[in-house]
Amino acid sequence: MHEVAGTTPEGDFIINVGPQHPATHGVLHLVITLEGETIKKIEPHLGYIHRSIEKMCESLTYRQFIYVTSRMDYLSAHINNHACALCVEKGLQVEVPLRAQYIRVMMDELTRIASHELWWGALAMDVGAFTPFFYAFRERETINEIMEETCGARLTMNYMVPGGVMADIHPQFQQKVNFFIALYKKKIEEYNELVTGNIIFQNRMKGVGFLSAENAISYGCSGPVARASGVACDVRKRYPYDVYEQVQFEEVIETGGDSFARYLVRIREMEQSVHIIEQLIDNIPEGDFQAKTKAVLKLPKGEFYQRVETARGELGVYIVSEGGTTPYRIKFRSPGFSNLSALNEMAKGGKIGDLVATMGTLDLVIPDIDR
Amino acid sequence: MISLEALKNEVQNWLQLHVGSTMALIAESVLLGILVIALFAVLGLLLVFMERKVSAVMQIRLGPNRVGPKGWLQTSADTLKLMLKEGLTPDGADKFLFNLAPFIIMIAAMLIMVPVAFARNFQIWDINIGVLYISSVASISVIAILMAGWSSNNKYSLLGAMRSGAQIISYELSAGIAVITMIILTGSLSVNDIIASQENGWWIFKGHIPAIIAFVIFMIAVTAETNRAPFDLAEAESELTAGFHTEYSGMKFALFFLAEYINIFIVCAVAAILFFGGWMPFHIGHWQAFNHIMDYIPSSIWFFGKTFFLIGLIMWFRWTFPRLRIDQLLNLEWKYLLPISLLNMLLMTIVAILKWYL
Amino acid sequence: MTNEELKIALFNINASLTFEEGGEWLNVLVPVNEFKPLAKTLFSEPEFICNYLFCLTCVDWKTHLTMVYHLTSLQWQHNLVIKVVLNRDNPAIETVSDIWKTAEFLEREVYELFGVNFIHHPDLRRLILTDDFNGWPLRKDFEDPVNMIKL
Repeated sequence: MHEVAGTTPEGDFIINVGPQHPATHGVLHLVITLEGETIKKIEPHLGYIHRSIEKMCESLTYRQFIYVTSRMDYLSAHINNHACALCVEKGLQVEVPLRAQYIRVMMDELTRIASHELWWGALAMDVGAFTPFFYAFRERETINEIMEETCGARLTMNYMVPGGVMADIHPQFQQKVNFFIALYKKKIEEYNELVTGNIIFQNRMKGVGFLSAENAISYGCSGPVARASGVACDVRKRYPYDVYEQVQFEEVIETGGDSFARYLVRIREMEQSVHIIEQLIDNIPEGDFQAKTKAVLKLPKGEFYQRVETARGELGVYIVSEGGTTPYRIKFRSPGFSNLSALNEMAKGGKIGDLVATMGTLDLVIPDIDR
Repeated sequence: MISLEALKNEVQNWLQLHVGSTMALIAESVLLGILVIALFAVLGLLLVFMERKVSAVMQIRLGPNRVGPKGWLQTSADTLKLMLKEGLTPDGADKFLFNLAPFIIMIAAMLIMVPVAFARNFQIWDINIGVLYISSVASISVIAILMAGWSSNNKYSLLGAMRSGAQIISYELSAGIAVITMIILTGSLSVNDIIASQENGWWIFKGHIPAIIAFVIFMIAVTAETNRAPFDLAEAESELTAGFHTEYSGMKFALFFLAEYINIFIVCAVAAILFFGGWMPFHIGHWQAFNHIMDYIPSSIWFFGKTFFLIGLIMWFRWTFPRLRIDQLLNLEWKYLLPISLLNMLLMTIVAILKWYL
Repeated sequence: MTNEELKIALFNINASLTFEEGGEWLNVLVPVNEFKPLAKTLFSEPEFICNYLFCLTCVDWKTHLTMVYHLTSLQWQHNLVIKVVLNRDNPAIETVSDIWKTAEFLEREVYELFGVNFIHHPDLRRLILTDDFNGWPLRKDFEDPVNMIKL
């Protein structure tokens, strides 16, 4: 058995952060070796919420398995579904109607904002400020209401089908999203005033949890974590899917590599998401929202890989097909898993308070890591 | 008009007349004990309720609103729940110290009540070293916290207690020096004399800039001393779950919880006494009419009004700021607050010698 | 580099490689004993610089296991898939965690779900399952009557 309690022979503390601990946002279990307050080693223990989604998907059809993936990274459920739908479409070689692509991308970006909102509130709570959490939820609620109207669910939307989206948008969708965008631009300024500019917050974040660009690449980090270290890895830019090719947006890159850089990347990403939605919302083309597909989907024999940018980073879906109605093997490359593996590198040598700030900026969603 | 002073005199005279002076003294002591405990209970309930409502307003929520009219009985219900719960003692804990710690922290909080003047001539004991007494008794609580952290046999508790020890001992210096700064002006440690010296204006107005600096430093230091956010490292829940009282439950936990709020009340009362004239009404120079109207407001209302204003300030801090890290916390004290307060004391001495404050 | 250029460049290094085409990316089949040197070359040679290992997994083909490594070069923007066929009864392969640090966790995951033994891995322990778990859950012949994973 591996040592998970007591003290090391050198007299250092071993403490267990998790599986039930307020800072881990779920059932993550970290075994930490402490010298005083200084962290010497972090060792994650996973599996408390592992459902073996990959094995489950092997017995689900190509229409069904998409909805299981909502339960991986539940905060960007829609983007997970998007990845799966794209991967199946790649195999079927289906052309998705433009209207469906617009809707998909807009919903993706709304999901991204909602996810970053939650992260922002939770991070502020981690470093001890309680109030921003409620402000974040106030705006997130507006997004959730839009989602609910469009597809009937607030969190795990299950709006995707291979070949398009399940239903057309709500008649008031455009009006509501426009209202949200106008509101949100003001709110971001409020966030910056309340948290970003706060001197205590900056002191807690700057120079904490440093991750160099080499390490970010070597540890396979992606999303805001890697971009804060100066690695250009936005899938939406590098391997554009759907209408991302046609919209103008900036790939947010910071070079600081510390927690504050990661914080800034996400805050600025929210602004970019708003910018993307702005370009699309008033120009949704008329047409079908779904391509014609067969009732029972059969992928040709072969291997298909699709990567998308979720709120946490690069999600990959790897389908190995034997030509049947179910995938032979499916693998999800989850962004959180790789980002977590860099935690030891980032938090080593810092204080416990730094660990909380670092983990907060990694934006870990445990079901995404465990799958 | 009924004032607390008149009430006190009535009771005193009645007792003197009917039971003799020795028995009167004993009866008064018992009565005081009951009063202090009752005040504790009421303050605890009131402050917890206030905190919940203040935080609710700041966080765009409603706060407690179901138990009793507008939720007023919520904290009573919570207290009842805590009393009925089992007070667990962990197996590996040092049972004696573990059970003793909550009582020590409570006793320390109660003892500080002694020299606090709640209204004109309404004070348990006008002890002539009043302010010194307060700061010395207040430091007992750190022993209780260390005891609780050590005896719990829990690493989180121990870390919390160690943080708390370092924090309270450091910040006591600035708080003490801020108090001394004001004492230079009053020339007396007695609470009554300090209040009396502010008859023609509170020190925060009369004491020029040094008094304002001293006030700011005092408020920062006492926020740290009472383990309130942004200095709540001892119980930082996102890092140490609940810090030194992780293992406590039931009434033993409630005592820690209550003591925190009582301590807030006391430090704010001390700040009100030192800087805002305690129960002294607001007077402006020679505006006789204005001063008379102010005098008409009972002194107890002045005292509680000022204290609760300061408590509100501390609660505002808590719900706005993020928490500091332990090394930043100690840096703030030793590199900034302490030198500034020492310089400030020097400045105040000059002000006092030149009698600029009149 | 395009898939065709990659193929030529790889062929120049090692003539024994076999290629699978038709997919989106070039698939390279490597014998087990030549895998580690190839991985090192791909990482360090300036014409490849495959510095980003974004997916590492295993597929159970009932007769054999296939390790699949998805590599990308953040510098040259090309993607490459490396496949290594392993013996199913006693699968073992050299670790790549010394080249790409992310492999340390990914290999631990593959180890406990497929039972692949990674030689020279610094810390090959179970990551997700309990220490006394029996069997390799993601293999096709794994049946667990208590915790039904199949739907």
